[in-house]
Amino acid sequence: MKLQLFDYLLRLADNDLVLAQRLGEWVGKGPVLEEDIASTNVGLDLLGQARLWLAYAGEVEARADAVGRSEDQLAFFRTDREFRNLLLVEQPNGHYGDTITRQYLFDQWHVLLLAELATSRDSRIAAIAAKALKEVRYHVERSSQWVIRLGDGTDVSHARMQAAVDALWMYTGEMFSVDETERALIDAGIAADNAALAAPWRAAVQSVFAEATLDVPADPWMQGARGRGGKQGVHTEHLSRMLAEMQALPRMYPEARW
Amino acid sequence: MYAQMIDTGLTKVADTADMSDDERAFQARIDDDVRIEPKDWMPEAYRRTLIRQIQQHAHSEVVGMLPEGNWITRAPSLARKAILMAKVQDEAGHGLYLYCAAETLGVSREQMIEDLHAGKVKYSSIFNYPTLTWADIGAVGWLVDGAAIMNQIPLCRCSFGPYARAMIRICKEESFHQRQGFDVMMSLCRGTPEQKAMAQDALDRWWWPSLMMFGPPDAASVHSAHSAKWKIKRLSNDELRQRFVDQTVPQSDYLGLRIPDDDLAWNEDRGHYDFGAIDWSEFHEVLKGHGPCNRDRMRTRVNAWEDGAWVREAAVAHAQKRDARAKAAA
Ligand SMILES: [Fe+2]
Ligand SMILES: [Fe+2]
Repeated sequence: MKLQLFDYLLRLADNDLVLAQRLGEWVGKGPVLEEDIASTNVGLDLLGQARLWLAYAGEVEARADAVGRSEDQLAFFRTDREFRNLLLVEQPNGHYGDTITRQYLFDQWHVLLLAELATSRDSRIAAIAAKALKEVRYHVERSSQWVIRLGDGTDVSHARMQAAVDALWMYTGEMFSVDETERALIDAGIAADNAALAAPWRAAVQSVFAEATLDVPADPWMQGARGRGGKQGVHTEHLSRMLAEMQALPRMYPEARW
Repeated sequence: MYAQMIDTGLTKVADTADMSDDERAFQARIDDDVRIEPKDWMPEAYRRTLIRQIQQHAHSEVVGMLPEGNWITRAPSLARKAILMAKVQDEAGHGLYLYCAAETLGVSREQMIEDLHAGKVKYSSIFNYPTLTWADIGAVGWLVDGAAIMNQIPLCRCSFGPYARAMIRICKEESFHQRQGFDVMMSLCRGTPEQKAMAQDALDRWWWPSLMMFGPPDAASVHSAHSAKWKIKRLSNDELRQRFVDQTVPQSDYLGLRIPDDDLAWNEDRGHYDFGAIDWSEFHEVLKGHGPCNRDRMRTRVNAWEDGAWVREAAVAHAQKRDARAKAAA
């Protein structure tokens, strides 16, 4: 159970860390200064959440293993096959509409997940989730507003948003799949039941898309949803490249403290 | 500094006798340290000078996000990554306050950005230097933010109200940035030999460009006299540069680093450090566009602006649709 908990905490941490890293790529290059600031805010929130999850993961690891890794050891010295984030969040930034779409699809799930986790039997998870939930409520508010603005903006923006939705949709199935690790933790009242998040997520997305004049795609073959996806460490090609950049310095100077 | 070589458009400082009544009243307010507000009468040259200076400053904040943003994705710890992201975000905020201050003088943000992209308005040349290693993030915070504070603290008392108020907010944040930069340097200097060498290398490359941030020597500054009379600029380039050197040398000693200047020495008589001659030819070349990163910085900014055009247009179109629907419903 301890190793399953460790694995589950990495899933939570890595979603936040990988998406924060993607948002960090945007800094200084946003479409307008106010958005640069708002988007960096979201990145900073996610980075802060990642650190809380990683710190707890390290403690859980120490209990099981006697050697618990620090947040930086976990962030900078795991390979892509050891990362546990959803495929959705590692997708490249693309244009601003791609970034916003990725963000909204994730935020809408994240907010539901955290609301569940805030009642976890694991009090530490509940506390971190409650804190993160306050931030993520704002994230989904912002990203849904942008989906609406760009979806129901100009012809050009509408077409770009529909294309972004169509391209990213196949990564959404993974959010609602439940594997053995999660099953055990759900039964213990520790993890959230992803499958139960599907209906409220879909209802919320449908309502935002309706306002945005965007079509909800027909469900395609979902990537990574059958026990062989990001949560199990089987990623798209994009992650190892992203980590190569993120991890370069600590790996070049493994003795150094920064 | 962030606004260098501001052209006032005037060739000599006017005598009181040559002034109109409006001008005399205006100068009297300045002399009494009464803040000028956007709705007050002001000479055209004062307005123009301020627009140029504030917008150069705003552009510098925004372009300045790029050399530091260069290391966000590669920051070597999560704590450093968070600090750096927050810092670069602060710079965006500074840009925003300053664009707003300039807008009170009757120029739109879009116009200012177009002028930057057309090369009509400059930004601080310091941002045309590359950030090659992680230590550059430390050196930029320590030296560049340090020099910026030195320049900007007197601007908190600038005669133009919106600019002075923006500077008060900005200076508070800049002093955090400087401390954070120094802290990066400190951890490198206390670290492995490779880290210490990285810190020294960064100081070697950033020292002279930092001194150039204060602008040309007073003797060569044609426009400073007006700016001084109008209390837009309250200390001379050379005074500020000297203060910066005097403040920074002990910090460098504390870090155990060597400032790359053989002529640097404490002068007991003056009560200041003497320092070597600055290579102004480099400054002028970088100003003309021949620095290592001028092209990259502008290309990045122009691309960001152009790539974002459809997003801005969509936001406007959506707001209009929403208004129209609200009206139709009312
Ligand atoms: Fe700044
Ligand atoms: Fe700064």
